[in-house]
Amino acid sequence: MTPWQDARRGVFASLPMIIGGIPFGLLFGSLAAANGLSIGFAIAMSSIVFAGSAQFVALGLIAADAPLWIIVMTTFVVNLRHILYAADMLRYVRHLPLWLRAIMGFGLTDETYAAVRPMYDMGSATLTNGHRIYLGSFLAFYIMWNITTILGVLAGEYIPGISEWGLEFAMVATFIGIVVPYLKSVPYWGAFIVAVIASVFLRDLPNNLGLVLATLLAVLTGFVLDRRQRKEA
Amino acid sequence: MSTFEAVAIILGMFLVTFSIRFVLFAGAHKANIPDWLEGALKFVPVAVLTAIIAPMALTDDTGMAIRLTNPWFVGALVSVIVGLLFQRQLLTISLGVVAFFTVKLMLGL
Repeated sequence: MTPWQDARRGVFASLPMIIGGIPFGLLFGSLAAANGLSIGFAIAMSSIVFAGSAQFVALGLIAADAPLWIIVMTTFVVNLRHILYAADMLRYVRHLPLWLRAIMGFGLTDETYAAVRPMYDMGSATLTNGHRIYLGSFLAFYIMWNITTILGVLAGEYIPGISEWGLEFAMVATFIGIVVPYLKSVPYWGAFIVAVIASVFLRDLPNNLGLVLATLLAVLTGFVLDRRQRKEA
Repeated sequence: MSTFEAVAIILGMFLVTFSIRFVLFAGAHKANIPDWLEGALKFVPVAVLTAIIAPMALTDDTGMAIRLTNPWFVGALVSVIVGLLFQRQLLTISLGVVAFFTVKLMLGL
């Protein structure tokens, strides 16, 4: 397969989530405009920071006149989960040159991790072509995110009701489509069930901390069950 | 907000976000992850993706919303069942989305 075809596979695997992300991008742009922020600022955030949930949180903090260090610290906490993705992806990037790893790091979002990481498990991404699939996914999200940000700002104000259309459900369905194939053994079921329960009960913790805690608990559960199973075997 | 503040915010947010994502990749060529950690990390995709969507599917503004009049719950439930039964990703996604919008339309939401 040519590099171009690999990249296209990355785009294709990301399509449902790209559609699901469109309302978020529009919403971000329009909220930025509604808060009196310039189009340049909104575009700079989407193109330089490139971190969906942190951008929304930052808008709220800017509106509340929070000091710079609070905004930066909060961004840090909100994005902390990405270090788990990086740790998990290490074995697939270690052979790549530094500049490529830097680009991949910049593009390491929930969506690209979700779209590409399982492809390594299923065998459709390998050490030779995985980074091309990854770059295809990253670029597709990057372009969508920036275009929708601009459109959102230009729309000038809140696009009536778009956040209530429920387009974001595409993301939920996609994530389920990614998770379910893993559910073939007790440890993965354990991690899944603990993630469901813990994330629901911890959802009111600030700054995505509930998400991070629930993730750690679920990983720990899978790990412990895995160990036990191996000892018995 | 002054231009200086705007630049500082963007720069600060970029630095922490990029650092988190890149710090491990930067030393990747020499990093050695112990076996036990690799064994734990393989659960990250299931754990984090589930933890992101479970609150969206099972709760709403009022709290727990595990009921057939919640399109998010029904759509997610259909996706999980279809996924487990048929093991086809595209089918899982599309039937879930169809179920979601069906419930939404039926309830006139």
